[in-house]
Amino acid sequence: MTSIASLREDIASGETTARATASAALDAAEKLNDALNAFLQIDREGALKRADEVDAKIKLQPKDTASAMALGGIPIAIKDNICVRGMQTSCGSRILGSYQPPYNATVIERLLEAGSIVIGKTNCDEFAMGSSNENSAFGSVKNPWDTARVPGGSSGGSAAAVAAGIVPVALGSDTGGSVRQPASLCGVIGIKPTYGRVSRYGLVAFGSSLDQIGVLADQTADAAAVLQVIAGRDVHDATTADVPVPDYAASLNQDIAGVRLGVSRALLGEGLNDEVREAVEKAIAAYQELGAEIVDVDLPHAKYAIAVYYIIATAEASSNLARFDGVRYGFRAEDAPALRDMYRRTRDEGFGPEVKRRVMLGTYVLSAGYYDAYYLKAQKVRALMRQDFARAFEKCDAVLTPTAPTPAFLFGEKVDDPLAMYLNDIYTVTANLSGVPGISVPCGLSSDSLPVGLQLLGPYWSEARLLNLAHVYQKSHPLTGRPRVHA
Amino acid sequence: MPISEADIEKIALLAHLEITEEERRVFAPQIAEIVTYVEQLNEIDTSAIEPALGGLIVEGEGAETSRPDEVQPSLGQALALDQAPDPAAGHFRVPKVLG
Repeated sequence: MTSIASLREDIASGETTARATASAALDAAEKLNDALNAFLQIDREGALKRADEVDAKIKLQPKDTASAMALGGIPIAIKDNICVRGMQTSCGSRILGSYQPPYNATVIERLLEAGSIVIGKTNCDEFAMGSSNENSAFGSVKNPWDTARVPGGSSGGSAAAVAAGIVPVALGSDTGGSVRQPASLCGVIGIKPTYGRVSRYGLVAFGSSLDQIGVLADQTADAAAVLQVIAGRDVHDATTADVPVPDYAASLNQDIAGVRLGVSRALLGEGLNDEVREAVEKAIAAYQELGAEIVDVDLPHAKYAIAVYYIIATAEASSNLARFDGVRYGFRAEDAPALRDMYRRTRDEGFGPEVKRRVMLGTYVLSAGYYDAYYLKAQKVRALMRQDFARAFEKCDAVLTPTAPTPAFLFGEKVDDPLAMYLNDIYTVTANLSGVPGISVPCGLSSDSLPVGLQLLGPYWSEARLLNLAHVYQKSHPLTGRPRVHA
Repeated sequence: MPISEADIEKIALLAHLEITEEERRVFAPQIAEIVTYVEQLNEIDTSAIEPALGGLIVEGEGAETSRPDEVQPSLGQALALDQAPDPAAGHFRVPKVLG
């Protein structure tokens, strides 16, 4: 896939146009959607209209790429839980269906301002709840490396669209690993920024103390370019922090000699697939060759991460999803005799099984008599996990782990066992619980030619360092294969 | 902790979900298994720990969130009702409240 930098240069110099670039992405999205089901909506008309506007603007500017729009003419795919005016936002759920939000998410406003072209909305697990995309009401996304396998979740459509070379970049959301885990399973870059780095205004809320919008990209530099545009304080999201956004592109090629990478041996033990362990060990050695220093760190509460996460995330989800009641927008069940029946039937017919399971679990852990035993307890262990990271970052600059315990698994393999499915997120949820940023970087292929990802976690606001570490590795160790389904 | 189908029914009622008998039968053991799994947290002594309520970190807590109290444009009635399943006379119409 051509990088954003060279696409911009070609568009700015007149070599190609935003319209031609958007057309190519739209053609690829349409052509591959039968095989991948990555898109829930492809907006050819809107994207081409927008591309023409960008082309007109670029013509008025000097032929100097530095002064052109940061993402002028760059096609992007957006997860279908982020609001784009004029397009649908279904969240992969029947309860929203073809709902059209009347406003743009802040990230979309910023992307459009920078000249980016939204070509479509990508498929995802219903309300971002899932690790395999099997929970979408509109059918699963297929992994471009092997269509019998899951792309990961919940941002599986965005990961597959990038992996298949349809778009250079896509947005996802990450509540417990939903950007990083599909990035790992599809062999692309996926970054979850620090909590408060990117505005969630216009992102449909799942777990409000965990949610963060992230970027999936073929190349690290492209993830950096998009993060540059979407990061920063937003008056519409009170959780965004007033912390300056550094120049991410400038940090990419810094020498990593002397950077201390923390490795927790306990996290490379039981429950980890052998081939993933081998790939991650090789990556650790590669980082050493690049000059990094490997230090042992201990994250003693990491093993409780899934337990803490499935209390907090479901509690917050049960509250956030209370708004879907059939009154103001979306689906409503017909012929209910009274209001309460209407609520209950709408939610029964509108939500899929995983959403119901989590809403019920969240309702249970918050219910009278159980709050202290579950929710409060989980928040206390969460505080301990934050302490773990604070201590680890006294000894190292970033922590290196696998992103997911296995490469992409087969459809149906874990669908009847929710707990086994949840354990996919064992390495990723700690970042959401503690608020730290994380990035997944492809670090090799399994014997079945399936991508494996490594994860780097850094202190708050260390996205520049993580991007630098990812970029340096990706440059020296690019993936040697390519997905079977590719534009 | 064992969770019965009756418990599931009660939780569903609290969550405004009408679930089928089949769903009750499937969900009860699954939710019980997850609850048993999360109870491993009881092995950690947290008696002296302050809970980490919310997701905010120091810099986020410090962000200036107040703004001048000025009238701003809003969606307006037409747009707000545009996606409603059953709008009527400028309102959201719902079935009768008392059944």
